[in-house]
Amino acid sequence: MNSKLTISIAKALLLARWKQTLVAAVGVTFSITMFIALLSFMAGLNDLLDGLVLNRTAHIRLYNEIQANKNQPVNKSPLYKDNYNFIKSVKPTNARLQIYNSGAIIRTLKKDTRVLGIAPKIMTPVFFNEIAINVAAVVNGIDVKNETKLFYFNDYLIEGASDDIEKISNSIILGKGLANQLSANVGDRVQVSNTNGEIFQLKVVGLYQTGIQELDKTQSYTSIATVQKLMGVPNTYITDIQLKLKKIPEAPAIAKEFTKLFEIDAIDIQTANAQFETGSFIRTLISYAVGVVLLVVAGFGIYNILNMMIYEKMDTIAILKATGFSGKDVQTIFLLIAISIGLIGGLVGLLLGFGLSAIIDQIPFKTASLPTIKTYPISYKLMFYLIGAVFSLITTFFAGWFPARKASKVDPVVIIRGK
Amino acid sequence: MSENILQAKNINKSFNDPIKVKVLTDINIAINKGEFVALTGKSGCGKSTLLYILSTMDTDYQGELLIDNVSMVHKRESELAKVRNEKIGFVFQFHYLLDEFTVLKNVMLPGLKLGKFSEKEVENCAIEKLKILDIDKLAMKKANQLSGGEKQRVAIARALINNPDIIMGDEPTGNLDKKNSDIVFDLFNKLSDELNQTLLIVTHDLSFADRMHRIIEMEDGKIILL
Repeated sequence: MNSKLTISIAKALLLARWKQTLVAAVGVTFSITMFIALLSFMAGLNDLLDGLVLNRTAHIRLYNEIQANKNQPVNKSPLYKDNYNFIKSVKPTNARLQIYNSGAIIRTLKKDTRVLGIAPKIMTPVFFNEIAINVAAVVNGIDVKNETKLFYFNDYLIEGASDDIEKISNSIILGKGLANQLSANVGDRVQVSNTNGEIFQLKVVGLYQTGIQELDKTQSYTSIATVQKLMGVPNTYITDIQLKLKKIPEAPAIAKEFTKLFEIDAIDIQTANAQFETGSFIRTLISYAVGVVLLVVAGFGIYNILNMMIYEKMDTIAILKATGFSGKDVQTIFLLIAISIGLIGGLVGLLLGFGLSAIIDQIPFKTASLPTIKTYPISYKLMFYLIGAVFSLITTFFAGWFPARKASKVDPVVIIRGK
Repeated sequence: MSENILQAKNINKSFNDPIKVKVLTDINIAINKGEFVALTGKSGCGKSTLLYILSTMDTDYQGELLIDNVSMVHKRESELAKVRNEKIGFVFQFHYLLDEFTVLKNVMLPGLKLGKFSEKEVENCAIEKLKILDIDKLAMKKANQLSGGEKQRVAIARALINNPDIIMGDEPTGNLDKKNSDIVFDLFNKLSDELNQTLLIVTHDLSFADRMHRIIEMEDGKIILL
């Protein structure tokens, strides 16, 4: 078959009734635009919600739990080895929150290829003294560089600079709620007493807000060295090692492995945030369901428009067949028409979808929980655009293929006599 | 006896919807090269149905059809399309031009499909055919800008483009006024006389039929006069 002739006929049929062609193409465009914009928006919101938890949470946290020793002497004694020993009222002793040999553990973890990053941390309860009242709170000693890289610390900082806690000695960043309680602002000094009652003066260099009131009222951040000074402990003292992994689903297995390897407690994000896991799963499920429904509805729309268009051209099919064009030629011509509409309509749809997403991205959206977010979130995933492009081509192909195949099989006289 | 171009042997056809009605019974026809044949009969006698079978556009029948001594039974759809393209030129009652194209392109399409000649050659050939039919000045007009008579002449030019063995017409003047009908019939006469073109024309207008070489008359699905 002469492909040049087929293409020229398809082109002429497309252009001769350009209004009808335009309507069909606009149908495709509209569907794809809506698909891209809605899915990008939903994915953006989803990422935002996931980020609320994921950004702030370690995938695995290594620490020492205060608990009774599992290896009680009676169980170790060979004398009572074959007995079943009941021990009542076992109490924890020598509760040491320090991670032993933290330097070696960190060195081992740094070599582990599954680990994305490590941030050591110290936590200690303190009192903030304000004239007559004491406010109970927690001081977190953090490694600013890693904390910022792994847990987006700067995103939650509403005043001041995070570097200052390491540059300025005896400085602190207060949670917004805590600062309000103490009527403290950046530049003020606050008085802190440790668990042993010793008093320290710290300078406020920043304010911090997560949006979770409970945290903002009780948390404060400073450098690891400052906390070690507060507690009167050596500079190897660390209570937490926070890990981010390359693949989150591996967290529970790796946590178990580390528990054994380092003889330490390890908790993974899935266990620590079971309700988040469920929420995230359901949100993902909803966006997939909406995506599929959008595609199905769009698919039927495209199919209908093209079907109508081809049935309107039945006369043309009859003439072509009567003058010697075979069913296959007719089918090729109409497939070309359908796919050109899908290609052009789909392409414009992708562009408009991107445009609409960009517009949504500019709409103001202020939320207390994320001070750095100023507009509605949009996810610009290439995957959505690929799905949109492939989908518009496939639906138009079938929308052209079925009626064209049917038309190609009937005797031309059936169409002519039907007039 | 001269060469057979079209031969129908024992052709039968029934419509099954809604009840079985026999429309053609034992049709036997042979048409020779150069003949100018009229197929006549009253409305509903099956003459158009027969013509569509003879033109291979209807494959739902029993019996045998030979075109240029080749059987058309058991041929595949694409092969029949090729036969229609090469050997048959068809003129419908309604002109059936493609409104999307110019007159020239309409005439050229079957030639381009045949693919034996270059586009330029087909174009020259199409202009030549339009000249024979005295409508070469309309070549660049769109098909939907023509009058009914002009359209029918374009349809005849299209039927001629591949120099077919036979031209078939299904009441080609049925939709035209007297003046245009005369023009079209004069053209058929001219083609028959000057180019020795074989023609098979369905008509119920006996005044035209009388001017042809041979009349085949049908009644109730049977041939009553050969």
